[in-house]
Amino acid sequence: MEEFTLTFGKFLIYLAVMAGVTYLLRLLPMLFIRKKITNRFIRSVLYYIPYSVLAVMTVPAIFYVSDNILAGVLATVVAVALAYFGKSLIFVALSSATTVLIVEIVYQFILN
Amino acid sequence: MGIRDGMPIGIGYFAISFAFGIMATASGLTVTEAIMISALNLTSAGQLAALPIIATGGSLIELALTQLLINLRYSLMSISLSQNFDKSIRTADRLYLSLTLTDEMFAVSIGKDRPLGKRYLLALLLLPFLGWTLGTAAGAIAGNILPTIIVTALGVSMYAMFIAIIIPVAKENKAVALCILISIILSVCFEYLPYLKNVPDGFVIIICALIASITLALLFPISDEKLGDSMESEVA
Repeated sequence: MEEFTLTFGKFLIYLAVMAGVTYLLRLLPMLFIRKKITNRFIRSVLYYIPYSVLAVMTVPAIFYVSDNILAGVLATVVAVALAYFGKSLIFVALSSATTVLIVEIVYQFILN
Repeated sequence: MGIRDGMPIGIGYFAISFAFGIMATASGLTVTEAIMISALNLTSAGQLAALPIIATGGSLIELALTQLLINLRYSLMSISLSQNFDKSIRTADRLYLSLTLTDEMFAVSIGKDRPLGKRYLLALLLLPFLGWTLGTAAGAIAGNILPTIIVTALGVSMYAMFIAIIIPVAKENKAVALCILISIILSVCFEYLPYLKNVPDGFVIIICALIASITLALLFPISDEKLGDSMESEVA
């Protein structure tokens, strides 16, 4: 199989599609719709989608941020625990990153 | 007034887009490309979902549908917000106001009792927009110059922030917790099961998110004012 190389030209096409869709989703209703959407089912689906999307994107991808699965798993545990106790976004992120760093250092420099 | 309301959002965006910048260069994008994506999209989940599709030469349809699903909620916010605009906002203003409509911007501006004017909204969007693009630039540059071990560690931060967004809501709201649980189970199936694991990333997000949110919408439809109110902790 041929390796895919992203030229700037190809990138611009991807960018145009991505930004175009996202922009129109925001713009068109603002220009043309004057009535509120009251359908409870549609409102409910849209309410749940962000939580679902974030969960799907995070698990299992977070386990594979490093070649060492243990680092990803521990980082997840740390993030979930701190988030549960209401710590700020930045604190959760840095603690989780520090966990990965520590596991990586232990494996690369101490166990080897 | 608008500047003051926008400041905490701008700071939060800097952190999240820094993480995005790191991941963008790790996927092989240039600093310029990462900044262009952030300046024109302003959507953390949408941008992160786009990275593997762009980096591996995925289909444009996959990219378009992924963005459509992830960002569909902005249409609803857009409808709701534009009904609070005052007369100072003309059609031309809607062209840039809609570009910067995010969950946080919606939550802050929908919380005002009076009609929203152009001056307020322009001031409000300034710092979040700057925070988002500058954070991306800083992250992308850092991704290129920091040692690999640090970049790897920082690569977890965007996921950690997603966890920090959804867990506190799940703690208070059992329906959201169930939604997250179902989503994770589906996502894990698509990662490991035969056949399912060949489905491209973008479609996995679409399929899992649709199944989970439709199931939850049928089981636990939300009360009227919920969309927007509870979005305050949601990010971009």
